[in-house]
Amino acid sequence: MTELNSPQTTAPPKMAAQGVNVFYGEKQAIRDVSLDVDMDNVTAFIGPSGCGKSTFLRTLNRMNDTVASARVEGLITLDGENIYDRSMDVVQLRARVGMVFQKPNPFPKSIYENVAYGPRIHGLASGKADMDQIVERSLKRAGLWEEVKDRLQDSGTALSGGQQQRLCIARAIAVDPEVILMDEPCSALDPIATAKIEELIHELRGRYAIVIVTHNMQQAARVSQRTAFFHLGTLVEYGETDQIFTAPRQERTKDYITGRYG
Amino acid sequence: MNLYALLFLVAGLGIIAWLTGRARAARFGSTSEHRLHSLPGQHGLYVALWTTVPALLFVIVWWAVTPMLATDAVIKSPQALQLPAFGYERDAILNEVRARADGSEYGFYPLAEQLAPLYAHASSFYAWLGSGLALLLAFACGAFAYTRVKADFRARTRVERTVMLVLLVASLIAILTTLGIFLSLLFESIRFFSMVPVTDFLFGTTWSPQVIDPADPGKTLGAVPLFWGTFFIGAVIAMLVAIPFGLMSAIYLTQYARPVVRKWMKPMLEILAGVPTVVYGYFAALTVGPAIRDLAVSLGFTYASSESALAAGLVMGVMIIPFVSSMADDSIAAVPSAMRDGSLAMGATSSETICKVLLPAALPGVVAGVLLAVSRAIGETMIVVMAASGAANITANPFESATTVTKQIVDLLTGEAEFDSPKTLAAFALGLTLFLITFLLNIVALRVVKKYREAYE
Ligand SMILES: Nc1ncnc2c1ncn2[C@@H]1O[C@H](COP(=O)(O)OP(=O)(O)OP(=O)(O)O)[C@@H](O)[C@H]1O
Ligand SMILES: [Mg+2]
Repeated sequence: MTELNSPQTTAPPKMAAQGVNVFYGEKQAIRDVSLDVDMDNVTAFIGPSGCGKSTFLRTLNRMNDTVASARVEGLITLDGENIYDRSMDVVQLRARVGMVFQKPNPFPKSIYENVAYGPRIHGLASGKADMDQIVERSLKRAGLWEEVKDRLQDSGTALSGGQQQRLCIARAIAVDPEVILMDEPCSALDPIATAKIEELIHELRGRYAIVIVTHNMQQAARVSQRTAFFHLGTLVEYGETDQIFTAPRQERTKDYITGRYG
Repeated sequence: MNLYALLFLVAGLGIIAWLTGRARAARFGSTSEHRLHSLPGQHGLYVALWTTVPALLFVIVWWAVTPMLATDAVIKSPQALQLPAFGYERDAILNEVRARADGSEYGFYPLAEQLAPLYAHASSFYAWLGSGLALLLAFACGAFAYTRVKADFRARTRVERTVMLVLLVASLIAILTTLGIFLSLLFESIRFFSMVPVTDFLFGTTWSPQVIDPADPGKTLGAVPLFWGTFFIGAVIAMLVAIPFGLMSAIYLTQYARPVVRKWMKPMLEILAGVPTVVYGYFAALTVGPAIRDLAVSLGFTYASSESALAAGLVMGVMIIPFVSSMADDSIAAVPSAMRDGSLAMGATSSETICKVLLPAALPGVVAGVLLAVSRAIGETMIVVMAASGAANITANPFESATTVTKQIVDLLTGEAEFDSPKTLAAFALGLTLFLITFLLNIVALRVVKKYREAYE
């Protein structure tokens, strides 16, 4: 099954999931999912609403821990280390595996403070100048620097939706994560802002392992090299994006991609 | 005619009006080619309202002015020439006349006994006249409304408008009452300030109303010690207790408590807010006060009193905890959970998330809650009446006694003073100042809350 689902890669995977089950109370949301995420490729999760994309994404940085009823079974590793192991520090894990949410959620602080938040709590900057540099670098990488460099002290919530989302990406980048998880990062944005984020994902590729959940087939095709199709909590097919979109092996994948349901 | 009988009659007319109005509308509905615009019941209601409301308004006004008319009749009678010209005695006699006419057997003035039958006669005449007029009015208005019932008459809209008017009046009552209270406070205060200069009252530092010098009453009516005491007990000591504990319980309840715990603890805290303040007063006076005195003595304060500022303030703080906690709870819960998730996803711990994201975001709401709590604390009376002393000290030592504005108002008004001495009137000036301060605090708090709401919408 794993062989069938996983595309061929040479380098060891950045993150790997094996036989993952997720339950919300009695209800099972994810059934026996195994999949690898590697450094050089952007991985897209697609599938109809409620199929468990967000749930699975959130197991990758243990955000499901914040849901009281959620329970995760199976093995998930980051660089070969089990992230659900007792010895794993969740705080450290989330610094290494950052997340960008569906709705932009900047803190009600200044733009500067939003970006400085992560480095500050993890003690990454050695002084004011160092912090300034981290903030500038992160905003530049997120493609927001030119637009906000003169008003870093303005509130982050005063930016437009697209700018807010790029601010959230800058905030996630600021702690220098290894993996960035994005849960429908463009669903609240207009086409122009969406295009900017997609361009940004292109630029970030290779520096970070990126996983993106999307409902937009074209977007998945545009930004990703690997695509995983989920249905009813199972991983139906995982492979090269080109192959998934042009020659899906599974009937269900084909039906979904051609708009038969979802 | 008896007032109750009259009301009964008007109500009866109203029912008849409803029935006839409805019947007429129904008849129109069945005969005319147009469809009825409104339901027959609405036409009935329309006629009934016209029948009863003007008549009732008339009755209210009439019965309010009848005593005056009847008194006038008495004064115009020949026997009334014996009445003293003006002043206190004349009023007293007239009061007694009215009381006797209403059936009272007691009195001091023989003249009143003579005049009472006159008064009774006049007032019964006016009552009959008023009743007749009221019934006539009811009938006339009802008839007018009855003639307006047509197939296309918009009774529904008319009734709706009346309902709105009734609701408006109902909602105005509380506001008008507050306004009335404020005005009466204001007038009494103006009388006070005609005897005592405003500056003496606001900036004077000596408060001892027991020894007022008639030549210069302002000398011992300086309210600064009272405001200081109020501030010290209500805004400092009480808040030192209420803010941290209220906040921490709100944080626990919103962030850490499991749903089961929250389900039990929140209502329990709210019950605490419903404990009558007099019970807290006992607790402060009988338990906390002596305990604090003992503590103070063991700390070396030899003249410690059991009526310390600390005792009253601590208990008041405990009383306010649920208040602060529930305001803070609401504003923390109103911070979108996306903020919390965002922070946790950055690798922040729960407590970092609370301190750096949730609390700052909820701060305006919390501040507003604290302001409201302060305004409650400084208006709180029972605890300080029971547990604080009457000694007006300006002190920052919590073991010493201090007094508050509310306590002094109670003391001033329960004394045996006449109603126009500076001593009694001072109570109104204090009340007015307190009213203004709490009013201001509430306005500021509401504005802060409003701003804060806008930030998230
Ligand atoms: N906190 C939760 N408690 C209980 N059940 C949940 C919770 N979150 C999600 N679920 C359930 O788990 C299943 C998967 O949800 P999930 O949010 O992962 O779907 P999704 O694929 O992200 O959908 P969408 O595309 O609409 O975002 C759904 O049936 C959902 O009802
Ligand atoms: Mg989702």
